[in-house]
Amino acid sequence: MAYQFDFSGIWEYRAELAAGVVHTLALTGVGTVFGLLVGVVGGAVRGWRVEPYNRLCGLYVELIRNTPFLVQLFFIFFGLPALGVHLNEWVAAALAMIINLGAYTTEIVRAGVQATPRGQMEAGLSLAMSRRQVFWHVVLPPALGRVWPALCSQIVIVMLGSSVCSQISAEELTFAASYIQSRNFRAFETYIVTAVLYLLLAIVLRHLLNRLGARLTNRDVAKP
Amino acid sequence: MNPRLRFLVSAALCCGLSFSAAAHADALANIKKAGVLRVAVPQDFPPFGSVGADLKPQGYDIDVAAMLARDLGVKLALTPVTSANRVPFLTTGKVDLVISSLGKNPEREKVLDFSVAYAPFYNGVFGPAGASVANVAALAGKTIAVTRGSVEDLELSKVAPASAVIKRFEDNNSTVSAYYSGQVQLIATGNVVAAALKKRDTQKSLETKFLIKDSPCFIGINKNEPQLLARVNAAVASARKSGELNRISLRWLNTPLPAAF
Repeated sequence: MAYQFDFSGIWEYRAELAAGVVHTLALTGVGTVFGLLVGVVGGAVRGWRVEPYNRLCGLYVELIRNTPFLVQLFFIFFGLPALGVHLNEWVAAALAMIINLGAYTTEIVRAGVQATPRGQMEAGLSLAMSRRQVFWHVVLPPALGRVWPALCSQIVIVMLGSSVCSQISAEELTFAASYIQSRNFRAFETYIVTAVLYLLLAIVLRHLLNRLGARLTNRDVAKP
Repeated sequence: MNPRLRFLVSAALCCGLSFSAAAHADALANIKKAGVLRVAVPQDFPPFGSVGADLKPQGYDIDVAAMLARDLGVKLALTPVTSANRVPFLTTGKVDLVISSLGKNPEREKVLDFSVAYAPFYNGVFGPAGASVANVAALAGKTIAVTRGSVEDLELSKVAPASAVIKRFEDNNSTVSAYYSGQVQLIATGNVVAAALKKRDTQKSLETKFLIKDSPCFIGINKNEPQLLARVNAAVASARKSGELNRISLRWLNTPLPAAF
């Protein structure tokens, strides 16, 4: 028997879905901005082997990249209260996303920094620029341009991964979908709509990031 | 179907019907004559019924069955059943009573009679001993954990005041963790779950604050057995009065019987 589609049961929950989209975007925005900051700092430390922070960053990257995001999230939300640190679901979710994205982008940025030709740095130093100036003006912009497509992919992955935050009662898009599904029992339709929304979000986000990348790095971004 | 087979089948059906009719003549008299009370009990639903370390059935329902057998002055024969086959076991006369955390609903009332309630079974809001939350209105400004899509979620979402924060979690374990890690102040769940939690975790108290949906357990008895029904009702009533039922509740649900009970 053919399945009878019925999307009318979802329309009445459009406010919940809209709120979910807004919250997913907000989580992604906060996670991206601070995650990239962590990644740039970490990538610089790792790329230029600034001891002893280099080893510390290595430990952080290995720890985060080799544990599931869900476990990290549960650790922050359910685990930390045992030490007296109570974070609400939004702070916990944003923190987990920042920590997670930071670890991955550290490695991505490191790759970009290490791919800088030695001659460019030497040229900068020979023009009496400080190490910091060389990093900021000579190394970082082309390094980010080189790895920008990889960064964009990672940001989209983290945006999609934010769906996991529904597990700690953060009311983002997947939470909205599960909520609706538990009310109208139209799981198929609900998750079709949700998947399409995620797809649109990902396409728009990637487009925006590509444009931002071209501006930020002041040159043509490597085409993926 | 050929005529001979049809005759055999109808003859067999007639025998079965007349036999069960005879068996149901007066179940109370039959029980006393046989000296055995046959009771269907759960074996997979703690704390109402489960298999103990000595491989014997144990639980709230088993204790109630034993109490009734003592009251009637007969031996007890337990039959383990599942929630799917507990009613057929009774209607086909394989047992005299079903004491298997059976709730009342119109479909079941068509095929069997119910005694007075013998065990509390409800969804409620639970919280630490100090919190005074006597009713739904008192949830204002409080955070409550529920499992998404559960009866508690659906009911509370309808009646809770706007300033109450209902946090919905994916499964029962997350809901429970949210309470014990202090991420929420209260938790809405079933009394059976709360009883198990109380036994497991003694660091943080968990007391019933108020009931959301009440669906107590009844003893199932075959239709047209007024003597047996009256006798079972009298036994349960006297056990309530004597405090014996309360002792069973304390033993298996870790909480006294509710006041309304």
